[in-house]
Amino acid sequence: MSAPLLEVRGLSKSFRGIRAVSNVHFEVAKGEVLGLIGPNGSGKSTLFNCVLGQLRPDAGEVRLNGQDVTGLDPTALSRRGIGRTFQLLQVFPALSVRDNLVLAGQEHRGTMLGRLFMSPDAGQRARADELLDLFRLARLADEPAGSLSYGQQKLLDIAMAFMAEPELVLLDEPAGGVNPTMLGDVESLLRRLNEELGATFVVIEHNMSFVMGLSHRVMVLAQGQVLATGSPDEIRADQRVIEAYLGD
Amino acid sequence: MGTMRWIAGGIFLALLVLLPRELKPYGIFLMSNWVLFCVVAMGLNLTLGYAGQISIAQAGFLGVGAYTTAILTTRFGWDFWLTLPVATGLSFLLGLIVGFPALRVQHHYLAFVTLGFNILIYLVFRNEDWLTGGAFGIFDIPRPGFLGVDMRDPLSFYYLCLVFAALMFAAAWWIVRSPWGRAFAALRENPVRAASLGVDIRTYTLLAFAIGSAFAGLTGAFYASLLEFIDPYPFALEYSLSFLLMVISGGSATLIGPIVGAGMVLLLPEWLRFAKDYYLLIYALLVMVLMAFCPEGMVGLWRRMVAAIGRRRARAPTERPT
Ligand SMILES: Nc1ncnc2c1ncn2[C@@H]1O[C@H](COP(=O)(O)OP(=O)(O)O)[C@@H](O)[C@H]1O
Ligand SMILES: [Mg+2]
Repeated sequence: MSAPLLEVRGLSKSFRGIRAVSNVHFEVAKGEVLGLIGPNGSGKSTLFNCVLGQLRPDAGEVRLNGQDVTGLDPTALSRRGIGRTFQLLQVFPALSVRDNLVLAGQEHRGTMLGRLFMSPDAGQRARADELLDLFRLARLADEPAGSLSYGQQKLLDIAMAFMAEPELVLLDEPAGGVNPTMLGDVESLLRRLNEELGATFVVIEHNMSFVMGLSHRVMVLAQGQVLATGSPDEIRADQRVIEAYLGD
Repeated sequence: MGTMRWIAGGIFLALLVLLPRELKPYGIFLMSNWVLFCVVAMGLNLTLGYAGQISIAQAGFLGVGAYTTAILTTRFGWDFWLTLPVATGLSFLLGLIVGFPALRVQHHYLAFVTLGFNILIYLVFRNEDWLTGGAFGIFDIPRPGFLGVDMRDPLSFYYLCLVFAALMFAAAWWIVRSPWGRAFAALRENPVRAASLGVDIRTYTLLAFAIGSAFAGLTGAFYASLLEFIDPYPFALEYSLSFLLMVISGGSATLIGPIVGAGMVLLLPEWLRFAKDYYLLIYALLVMVLMAFCPEGMVGLWRRMVAAIGRRRARAPTERPT
């Protein structure tokens, strides 16, 4: 069998003696959607940040396509084909919506010096417009991102993560704080990206119907440890999960 | 709007070309000085305005270029033009070095680091007599030869400075609209997000400093030649603060902001001479008022006015749907 797309082995991270992530193992196969759930403070974001080089793990190993990428910095990991969003909205408010997308793609091809002499859109315009259409942001393309509504900025944030056609995307609460209509939009968008365009991603989300509906597999984190992993149905029926998380 | 901009640009250019013909040598000197300081401010605008990296060492970098050209031409008999790559390269390199602390510290810490660097450079200019002539400075810096034109003529040298500034303006414009400009803006707005999108923020940070510094260093060569004599004083810390003021009062992260700002900082004191001893006071008050009420500088003020007029016109029956 070929190596999984992403393989995380024994990952741990402590903050001042408190174990935020403790000996976590998981894998993501190509084409898969993995849901990541767990109570607030259970270490989901910390796990992402350790995988993506935002934080240095205390122990453990991260492999992408079988290659050890542990400890690489976020820039390097992005260029190796892992896209991401952060839990808190992070777009560039003064740049236009299209420029946000072009930026998300421009550093993935060519050389540094070459980029100085490239056309201003860095050859990214067609791809940007494709995503603008998909995310229904086309009519806002030339507006500064900061002038968009919160929900639209969330969409842009997600679109940026997919801009460079990454092999894998880690989405930290992509629908956090958006209204119910928009939540449905985000869900159907992500489903399309997976089913029609073959995108692979891990998604953290608190809305159960959202995660359960979207994910092929769900992993539950509690106090930094993996409590259970399984299909959405298995997770819904798991007594420990119900006690730890779904119960109340 | 587009055509209006071209017309305004054309009128401005015509003024730059024709006005000095009517001026006395001192007026021409002031305009040459202004045109050169525009380039220094443009460089700082790339570092500070576009890339968001605070630097209070721009006068020091100007000095590096000025001393490089002064020393090479007077001591070693180099041709002015041959000193340009050296002045540019040296200031680029020093800018790169000053950029390294920016990879660790930001904001006011970075301000202090760069400020310290300016003081260091100034001390080298003043104390290393064997190299820089110390407090006495360097005399008889030649004007460049150019197609047999006598550059000791103030007007001819002014036109050379003007062409130089126009080329540097074009260079700044090119950088800003290239993918580099977008990466600089991303670095300014959110370096963490930028890094997660594959933007090599270390390299761009260093480049922002090095390019801004190289603009100053290259200008320094022309500045030394304009003055024909340099000593350490124009490269002291307070002049770095002046360049900072030019960028901010003109309008940072805009292409014409530094031009307006350099004009205000350099020419306003001349126009305020009638106020004699009070000129500094009036000047300081004007700057305070501008910064308090329009932190985006003169260009920002202008844009706000245009927008306000536009809104008044648009308050016609045809309300635009949002
Ligand atoms: N940078 C940090 N410094 C100190 N403690 C942190 C830091 N980031 C997260 N933590 C702690 O680690 C634990 C896990 O947090 P987090 O990963 O954000 O959880 P989740 O995303 O599941 O809500 C929490 O107890 C949190 O307070
Ligand atoms: Mg979180």
